[in-house]
Amino acid sequence: MAEINPVLLKELRQRFRNKKASWLLALYLVVIGAFVLGFTYLNWRNAPGFYQPSRSQEIFILLSVAQLFLLAFVTPGLTAGAISGERERQTLNVLLTTRLTTWQIIWSKLVSSNAFVVLLVAATLPLYSIVFLYGGISPGQVVGVFGFYLVTMFLFGCIGVACSAFFRKTGVSTVTAYGLTFALSAGTALLSVFLIELDRSYRAGASAASSLPLPPDFITGVAQFLQETNPIFVLMEILGTNSILNDFNFGLPYWGVYTVLYLAAGALLLFWSARLLFPRKNN
Amino acid sequence: MIEFNGVSKNFGATRALEQFSLTVRQGLVYGLIGPNGAGKTTAMSILATLQLPGAGTITVDGRDVVREAGEVRGRIGYMPDFFGVYDDLRAAEYLEFFAAAYHIPAGQRSRLAAGLLELVDLPDKAGVYVDSLSRGMKQRLALARCLVHDPKVLILDEPASGLDPRARAEMKEIIRHLKQMDKTVLISSHILPELAEICDEVAIMDKGKLVACGTVAEITAVSRGARQMRIEVLDRAEELAAYLATRPGISDSHADGPSVQFIFSGEQAEQAGLLQAIITAGWPVAEFGEVKRNLEEAFMAVTGEEAANDGGN
Repeated sequence: MAEINPVLLKELRQRFRNKKASWLLALYLVVIGAFVLGFTYLNWRNAPGFYQPSRSQEIFILLSVAQLFLLAFVTPGLTAGAISGERERQTLNVLLTTRLTTWQIIWSKLVSSNAFVVLLVAATLPLYSIVFLYGGISPGQVVGVFGFYLVTMFLFGCIGVACSAFFRKTGVSTVTAYGLTFALSAGTALLSVFLIELDRSYRAGASAASSLPLPPDFITGVAQFLQETNPIFVLMEILGTNSILNDFNFGLPYWGVYTVLYLAAGALLLFWSARLLFPRKNN
Repeated sequence: MIEFNGVSKNFGATRALEQFSLTVRQGLVYGLIGPNGAGKTTAMSILATLQLPGAGTITVDGRDVVREAGEVRGRIGYMPDFFGVYDDLRAAEYLEFFAAAYHIPAGQRSRLAAGLLELVDLPDKAGVYVDSLSRGMKQRLALARCLVHDPKVLILDEPASGLDPRARAEMKEIIRHLKQMDKTVLISSHILPELAEICDEVAIMDKGKLVACGTVAEITAVSRGARQMRIEVLDRAEELAAYLATRPGISDSHADGPSVQFIFSGEQAEQAGLLQAIITAGWPVAEFGEVKRNLEEAFMAVTGEEAANDGGN
């Protein structure tokens, strides 16, 4: 039988033995729970005794978006110290002289950190079931949202691990990881909105068109691509809000583009992180 | 067992190792000594497969540390000069984790950890969290960690650094025990008298270069051909010091009460000729001989000569 990677086992043991983990989980549930139960209470108060599937759907959307923001906050924070923390504790060199490969070390760090994030998300399932009880949400949407979380936390985690492998200090690594996560979540959304406005202005008058160096179809294509790679737009699309442009066919549905891109980018970052741990001629 | 062949390593403009060559035979406890920045840690770090040499080769048991790094890692146990331990892990778990990292079968790990804790005299600390151990105990635990995969070679960079005298004595005992286990131990330290006690051979490094190597007796007896001599005369010691200063091959001649000390560079025949010349010149010689140096004095003399040579160049 294949044995669990020792770094993964150690990390899980350390992480879940620590009281900090229980406190973080409790805090996470309190924040999300207050959110869901608060809105459910307001619904009940406004229309006592009635089932309102549309209101339930709104709560589901709010809950899912809030959870995405919390994931964007927690995941890079947990992974950004994975390697730099080993350096700071002066344990990395010893680890690198064992028979473990740099890939095994990097992969176990990512999995152990993300395992905790998965636990956070899984712990909110009872809250989802409360919302689900009131109707207006399909099981496919719930599965889609959780699949989306897994793909998103993979890339966010990889960004954190890559930053921690590149930077020597955890502080710098954490700030950079948050910066990149923000750029991916908000930057791509803002840029796509800007491009859509630019396209609208282009289509509105010929004078504006003459000054644009790029064809308008290209601008729309880039804007749609940015939306399909933006976690907020993709989540809203899964939740049935039709927020993503549908002018171009990239050969895959929006969630396919998102999944392929995020998994590929994450894998590349992990590969690069493992390379960074190789001994170098000049360091 | 360990062979450095013309190893060089630069960090930017700083030359950490320059054409460093050294052979360490199996079963020896070999000391690396040198001032800060001499290149000891760099040499050990390359040997431990953590850095690549800029030039030259290093082999452990015939395996190249660059091309066969995985094989080499299975043959070495490395204890860096500064190391940390994991919070929230108990001593036995710490050793079992590293045993797993060296692919020791799961069924053997707990017995192995218990045996190693026994070896480093920490049998009652198996269930204690590592970060709560004293510095000396952590050092011994780290040494036990180096041994989990039963390596042939141990690389110990300043293992006694920061330890109190009792902990240092315990560390010394463990290293002696390792020698009995036929381990090859490459050890660096600033505490030279202790190295002299436990090392079979030592190498003196300075500015990335090997300055001298051999047994402690060889190093202390002949520091690059210069010996410290002492003559005791019944009178006119001051005059003798002045006389010696004029002779070739003699430096730093000075009187100290009835005796005169000086550095002499020459063969035994020249030494006999010198004694004869002093007696012929009329000094009543009561004693004539070489001052036995300890390792620290030899180290100072050798690195001092290097500095003088560099200054002269």
